[in-house]
Amino acid sequence: MNQRILPYLLVAPAVVFLGAFFIVPLVQTIVLSFDGGGTGNALGNYSRMVNDLNFGVSLRNTFMLVLVVVPLQLAMALAMGMMLQKIERGREMVLWIWTIPLGVSDLAAGLVWLALLQNTGYINSALFHLGLLDGPTPWLNSETPVTLFAAIVLAEVWRATAVVLIVIVAGLQTIPKEFGEAAEIFGAKPWRKFTRITLPLLKPSIQSALILRTVLAFEVFAAVYALGGRNFPVLVGEAYTWQNENQNYGVAAAYAVLIMVISLAATLVWLKALRTNPETQA
Amino acid sequence: MAGIVIDRIEKTFGTAKALDAVSLTVADGEFVALLGPSGCGKTTLLRIIAGLESRSGGRVLIGDRDVSDLRPADRGLAMVFQNYAVFPHMTVFENVAFGLRTKNAPEEKVRRNVMRAAELLHIEPYLERYPAKLSGGQRQRVAVARALAVEPAVLLMDEPLSNLDALLRLEMRADLKRVLQEAGTTTVYVTHDQTEAMGLADRIAVMHSGRIVQCDTPMTVYAAPATTFVGGFVGSPPMNFVPIRNEDGRARLDGFEATAPGTGELLLGFRGEDVRIDAPERGLSFAVAVAEPMGSHVLLTGTIADKLVRVVAPTGIRVAAGERIGIVPDPERVVWMSPETGAALPRIIS
Repeated sequence: MNQRILPYLLVAPAVVFLGAFFIVPLVQTIVLSFDGGGTGNALGNYSRMVNDLNFGVSLRNTFMLVLVVVPLQLAMALAMGMMLQKIERGREMVLWIWTIPLGVSDLAAGLVWLALLQNTGYINSALFHLGLLDGPTPWLNSETPVTLFAAIVLAEVWRATAVVLIVIVAGLQTIPKEFGEAAEIFGAKPWRKFTRITLPLLKPSIQSALILRTVLAFEVFAAVYALGGRNFPVLVGEAYTWQNENQNYGVAAAYAVLIMVISLAATLVWLKALRTNPETQA
Repeated sequence: MAGIVIDRIEKTFGTAKALDAVSLTVADGEFVALLGPSGCGKTTLLRIIAGLESRSGGRVLIGDRDVSDLRPADRGLAMVFQNYAVFPHMTVFENVAFGLRTKNAPEEKVRRNVMRAAELLHIEPYLERYPAKLSGGQRQRVAVARALAVEPAVLLMDEPLSNLDALLRLEMRADLKRVLQEAGTTTVYVTHDQTEAMGLADRIAVMHSGRIVQCDTPMTVYAAPATTFVGGFVGSPPMNFVPIRNEDGRARLDGFEATAPGTGELLLGFRGEDVRIDAPERGLSFAVAVAEPMGSHVLLTGTIADKLVRVVAPTGIRVAAGERIGIVPDPERVVWMSPETGAALPRIIS
């Protein structure tokens, strides 16, 4: 076998697979979103999307979720990762338990939290029996937007913080312990050690984790759908509704393209904001 | 400036004793090398002095102050690590300044101390660069400068040269000696390389299995090892030990005879270079196995009474493998060891 073409042959199946099942549908979706939806105007689907009542709400909800969930997850993953570093015995076990939610599908996770939080759910019953509630209290309907939002944040944090944690833990393990020891010897207190040594050295990992998590957070849907249904519209939920209930593939495609553009923009923001000078890497 | 007192330090890992009541006193301004094979406890001892490792018992005093329970930063020391531990995301200047910055030293003092340390270590041209652009030797210079910039009472070094290649190590060793003499800092230096310990230290503490087996000046450790282990570990080639029988105060083997302490079976210890080569029937009968010309000398490896022995012969000697020659150790320089304990017996001045 010719050594020069062998590598290309080996990657060819993956390229063909991605081309057939990712790039082609992507292009089709983009084309579909610009088909005008029978209005004769190429941007017809987009104007229909933007003028829909739920568009503004779903855009706002999605951004609010991302802005609350992602920083919260990063902070928690950093705290959990730093705590793990201090554990000597049973470290793998703790990490394993913390990452269990990763194995649960997002819809299942949403349903579990629904069972806990709905007005006939476990938490309601428990609080009622403890005498802390007078009766079944709804938290997840359109009259209780704050608790609904909090419940969705809770479910998302529970479900997907482990992704960030794993990237952070992998990053922490690449930092030689002598850096921390040197910082200690030369007088850095724990917080200073964390902000001046650990965080800067962890920057590439934080960047990867944020890109991964932000893109996924913009695609949030199943957990939201399980907990709030259409009381809490999000972008992917709207795409789903236009596709399946309204049977309007054009507007659904417009939503899909919008989500993709937002994800790409978020990725670019992280790439630029957390750029690491290659010279400053160990 | 301060001395160090290590007082019966113990360290156990599970049931294993890594350090067994180790005591050592380092005088103000003194350079002591902790020398030993890997696993002897030297790095653990250094890390306990630094406060990076917990101890199971004993005390550490720096400048008459008990620092046993203080954080590393409050012990008034600085440390140089084996893998440099120079922060990659900071310029060389900020690395050297790190210890001063954490103490919120005024900018003027930071600048002054950094410049002085940089000058001492010849790293002024790199101050604005990042460590990734530097060679291993330059990075280690940065690590030493970072340690000296805080003007520590005590400097701890953990195998600082072992990651450098041989030539660089030689150069850095000489530079380190000069720099530390100028700074006059009390230094504890961990190494497994006996030439480093010999060349740098005022005193060498030889460690073996969690104990200090001998602590003395390099020349004493070299010439009068306290145990067969020290004799075998310090010096290249290692000291030779040959079993010999002592009857009525005279030890005899082959054609060799000397006044010896004790009675019965002994070990005769001698350095490879402290011998005279003679005719086969005179001195110890040495069966040559290998002759290696080293340029400045010829290294002969062979056996005496079935024991492996290495001696240094002058260049130009004509010996072939398989030959027998006579080896006469200098009676002034031999040591006598107990074969049971491996410990040195008192010398007899003859």
